[in-house]
Amino acid sequence: MRALVVDDSKTMRMILKQILESLNYEVIEAEQGLEALEKLQGVELPELALVDWNMPVMKGIDLVRALRNDEHYAGMRIMMVTTETEMEQVRTALVEGADEYVMKPFTREMILEKLEILGLNPS
Amino acid sequence: MSIAQDDFDYLRTLVRQRSAIVLETGKEYLVESRLAPLAREVGVEGISGLVMLLRTDPRGQISNKVVDAMTTNETSFFRDLNPFDALRLKVIPDLIAARGKDRMLNLWCGAASSGQEPYTIAMTLREHFPQLNEWRIRFLATDISKEMLRRSRAGIYSQLEVNRGLPAKYLVKYFEQKGAEWQVRKDLRDMIEFSELNLAQPLPPMPKLDIVFLRNVLIYFDLATKRDILARVRGALHPEGYLFLGGSETTLNVDDQFRREACEKTFVYRPIRK
Repeated sequence: MRALVVDDSKTMRMILKQILESLNYEVIEAEQGLEALEKLQGVELPELALVDWNMPVMKGIDLVRALRNDEHYAGMRIMMVTTETEMEQVRTALVEGADEYVMKPFTREMILEKLEILGLNPS
Repeated sequence: MSIAQDDFDYLRTLVRQRSAIVLETGKEYLVESRLAPLAREVGVEGISGLVMLLRTDPRGQISNKVVDAMTTNETSFFRDLNPFDALRLKVIPDLIAARGKDRMLNLWCGAASSGQEPYTIAMTLREHFPQLNEWRIRFLATDISKEMLRRSRAGIYSQLEVNRGLPAKYLVKYFEQKGAEWQVRKDLRDMIEFSELNLAQPLPPMPKLDIVFLRNVLIYFDLATKRDILARVRGALHPEGYLFLGGSETTLNVDDQFRREACEKTFVYRPIRK
């Protein structure tokens, strides 16, 4: 299994990477949306993307939109992992094509439960 | 900090008398972790201070709070997932087929804790079975703790709680944001009747139950009390009804009048037909 982790915080990427690697995911990291799109070129498609909202250059919500406008990424499940906690933002993320939404701060357990909902928790 | 044997014995007698829940030796850590915050809240020095207070007023408010703190289960929305998949894919469709004539369903959550389990069931019904809106659904959710019942009725959850196990599409559909918290929408809250019930006591009169959720609560009782509870539940169940227990619980070797049926990725327990 492969996962893309997009967050401008190195610490946050590290935490998410550790959780995913413990589930035997191979992780691709990116600091913002545009870099994520670049890193996706020519690699085997990840099953999962964890995407922060607020990032420089290309925000998470714009990345979600870009991925959902490209048929190539249709099979990828997208989970926003963000400090944005307004109902309107959760709704917007879902409308734009995110499959799940986790509000920071989170625990390892919360991520596992959400992956379970998406059918992507191999443990 | 460790807990004195005298204090532990006093507390387990109190909890047992008031709830029939057994705190075995080795559960000292549980007592400490649950009661240390309460001791701080009432302004006494640790568990020993709390017990001193209880000894002077064994039936007072503090004793209710101690029993509450010791009998509350950790819970989350869609906890363990499988029982709710079984409900959605098999149990409810079968009941809809079987009860199509009466158009009536009776549900009971016997250890509702802070309400996540009954609300999960309510969301499952709303989301997947709109035809049931025309049925008479009686949905009772009970708990021994007044504080948990107050929370359940209010249906207000913290961000951490809604982050746990609740699909985002349900959050958007069935909750309203109240500042930093999230409240279950009124129409969903109105589906459920919350009331106080001690499982160790006889059950109040109830219609024959189609679905009973009694998850992760039998583990707290001794064998004799488990037997009593299961016998009472069996008496309250419809002969074609379904009992859901926690993943580590079973009726096997406790009550042989139940049969265990595999159901999707979990088990349900049903009365043996006479």
